[in-house]
Amino acid sequence: MTVLTQIRRNDQPIYLDYQATTPLDPRVLEAMMPYFTYKFGNPHSRSHSYGWEAEEAVEKARAQLGKLIGADEKEVVFTSGATESNNLAIKGVAEFYKDRRNHIVTTVTEHKCVLDTCRHLEQQGFSVTYLPVQKSGLVDLEQVRAAVTDKTVVVSIMAVNNEIGVVQPLAEIGKICRDKGAFFHTDAAQAAGKIPLDVEAMNIDLMSISGHKIYGPKGIGALYVRRKPRVRLVALINGGGQERGFRSGTLPTPLCVGLGEAAEICLKEMDAESRRLEKLQQRMLKGLQSRLPEIYVNGDLEHRIPGNLNISFAYVEGESLMMGIKGLCVSSGSACTSASLEPSYVLRALGVEEELAHTSLRIGLGRFTTEHEVDTAVDELARHVNKLREMSPLWEMAQEGIDLKSIEWAAH
Amino acid sequence: MSYSDKLIDHYENPRNIGSLDKTLEDVGTGLVGAPACGDVMKLQIKVGPNGLIEDAKFKTFGCGSAIASSSLVTEWVKGKTIDEAGTIKNTDIAKHLALPPVKIHCSVLAEDAIKAAIADYRAKAAQKGDKTAEAAE
Repeated sequence: MTVLTQIRRNDQPIYLDYQATTPLDPRVLEAMMPYFTYKFGNPHSRSHSYGWEAEEAVEKARAQLGKLIGADEKEVVFTSGATESNNLAIKGVAEFYKDRRNHIVTTVTEHKCVLDTCRHLEQQGFSVTYLPVQKSGLVDLEQVRAAVTDKTVVVSIMAVNNEIGVVQPLAEIGKICRDKGAFFHTDAAQAAGKIPLDVEAMNIDLMSISGHKIYGPKGIGALYVRRKPRVRLVALINGGGQERGFRSGTLPTPLCVGLGEAAEICLKEMDAESRRLEKLQQRMLKGLQSRLPEIYVNGDLEHRIPGNLNISFAYVEGESLMMGIKGLCVSSGSACTSASLEPSYVLRALGVEEELAHTSLRIGLGRFTTEHEVDTAVDELARHVNKLREMSPLWEMAQEGIDLKSIEWAAH
Repeated sequence: MSYSDKLIDHYENPRNIGSLDKTLEDVGTGLVGAPACGDVMKLQIKVGPNGLIEDAKFKTFGCGSAIASSSLVTEWVKGKTIDEAGTIKNTDIAKHLALPPVKIHCSVLAEDAIKAAIADYRAKAAQKGDKTAEAAE
């Protein structure tokens, strides 16, 4: 059996978008392969060895994932991904406890699948508090405390933001929730496997995890559902009652195995990998700062995963910059590929001005990023930012000392 | 999103980048768009004594399509009278560069930029009672 061991061919651009997705670790693929082929049994088949073999593999994966977050394996529910996990967690508890509690607390910088789920529940009659964030991207704990009432069923605050990589104070939020009797759900798609997580120490009741953000396969995720004290959910998908009735449907054994293996590798390598990525992050930032004036990091640098940078390159529009840096794969903080020209809602929530939000890029570093790739990226970014500033009327005006705010721009 | 070869060529090798002295009376300057919207174009024309546009320069803050649209129009206006330049339509720009639908606004902005530069030139000429400008009216 041949297994792909090379992540990037030399003729491909450098991948710096690890918050969008990560490549499957070849070790993970290796673990998955038998379950695609000769170990193909249905893990729910109880009457023969094919089924037992698959069940054993799935249960091992469940335990591997549980270990990553300090949970018991029985508390891990497999889903199709973090979007489903977020939907199941929030809709599930809201529906189950709606007779007693009908209020939800979340933040304005959550992933769209959390915000959209909350909007949906508002239409169903729930009330939702959308907390603002500070300039750092972090929630103000006093505001969290003030927002949670005896009517609050769940507080859903993401562990790590997908655009700016900032890490929310989970343990403190967990404590507030526990004191007030509300459940604490955290979308940990960007956090699991990257930072230490402990559902006990952090008082987390529900946690969403994604496979493809941790070098595992796409199409699988998990939801941690606390057993003591017990969290009850109304299922979104009904059927044969698999996954303790929370999520019916035959488990995709190879994907479960991949998620488990990915979790185990992340846990084993977390310390060393964090230190390595921190060095690369610093190298990238210092390299850019030494060559370019007027660049700004969005979001707190200290409370941040090392694999993320979100930078505004003032006076250079993000999309044109991405078009120039053909050898690099990054994403734009400004989602202005659409005609609406709306910059990122996350950056706006931090109070980043719209003109600066249009100049931002999200740079994601990960397991297969090398020092050489970082240096190449710094060089390519610096060259193109300088080139585009030379053709930017805003850069010219700024150099002439004109205050851009003093001009009456016509909105279009 | 895939872009046409012409658009990519204008983005990678933009024509006529730079600035003309905006205080000169034979130079018209158009500054359109807004930083908050992600597009700002500065387009300048220099009109010769014969009434023809003898030079054009641009600087653009915006996406690749905005840069290409403004680069293209600086090529198109050169050698034209200001009346002729004023007839350049955004649809012609969009067609020439094969702009995708979500980028049509870039061509609209480029047309606005030419019109603004012409208006600025005319305003200056009117102030000076310039004969050339009056003849062109």
